[in-house]
Amino acid sequence: MPVTTLDGHTVHVDDEGFLTEYDEWDEDLAKVLAANIGIDLTDEHWKVIHFLRADYKDKGETATTRRVQVAGGVPVKEQFALFPKKPGKKMAYVAGLPKPHGCV
Amino acid sequence: MTITQERTGIVPNFDDDAETERTIAIICSKGNLDMAYPGLIIANAALGEGVQIHLFFTFWGFDMITKSRMHDLQFSPVGNTAMHPVGDAHIPQALTPLPGMTAMATRMLKKQIADLGVPEVPDFLDQIVAAGGHLWACRMSADLNHLTEADLRDDVEGIISAAQFVELTNGAQLLFI
Repeated sequence: MPVTTLDGHTVHVDDEGFLTEYDEWDEDLAKVLAANIGIDLTDEHWKVIHFLRADYKDKGETATTRRVQVAGGVPVKEQFALFPKKPGKKMAYVAGLPKPHGCV
Repeated sequence: MTITQERTGIVPNFDDDAETERTIAIICSKGNLDMAYPGLIIANAALGEGVQIHLFFTFWGFDMITKSRMHDLQFSPVGNTAMHPVGDAHIPQALTPLPGMTAMATRMLKKQIADLGVPEVPDFLDQIVAAGGHLWACRMSADLNHLTEADLRDDVEGIISAAQFVELTNGAQLLFI
């Protein structure tokens, strides 16, 4: 498993760059991850990120866009506006979680 | 969009700078509950990957977008030898046309789908449209069924001919269901 340094944080990531250790993430790191993919975090982004973090802790898997809408209360349309083109993967990346595996 | 900020560490490639947009055209020709789903699942997944999606509803698939029918798609065990209600057991085909079997099979499938957190067909199409998917209705199917735009979901972008759909999806990958 590669180890990478992001703005002074040393973290474990998979081959693509998604964090693999839940506890190595913090909010400062999220800002770095978001900047890496051209996103400035707003309150709306944070709402999604905090839901994803809490839901992962609870369920053991990354929420899909469907679940972020139904359980997290952020409509799919807004997810696409916040995390353009590939919201499921981008949300997971910034939240320091694995890519979502669910089909829907 | 150009990202000028220097990237740090290993950063996933989200293809944000891809020059060509991938498009998938999906023709939905079936109106059974079970056969409504494959196209919707692929469409939803593809939209989440940044792929453009055009769905064309034709023949029996028209029921998926017809307001009076879209909530009542059914799943029949008749002729379906791959139904296994318990373990690997089959339902004897001679029993499948009995009254109530389709209603029972439909209820079971709807429950199984709901248990997975997968939405019902109208709700699923709402999500696909919210994610940027485009819905089109087939002109000949509308004429056959004596239906107009007023009978269809409001987010169907138009009733168009096969030729128009082919033109619209020039260069797309195509999936016929």
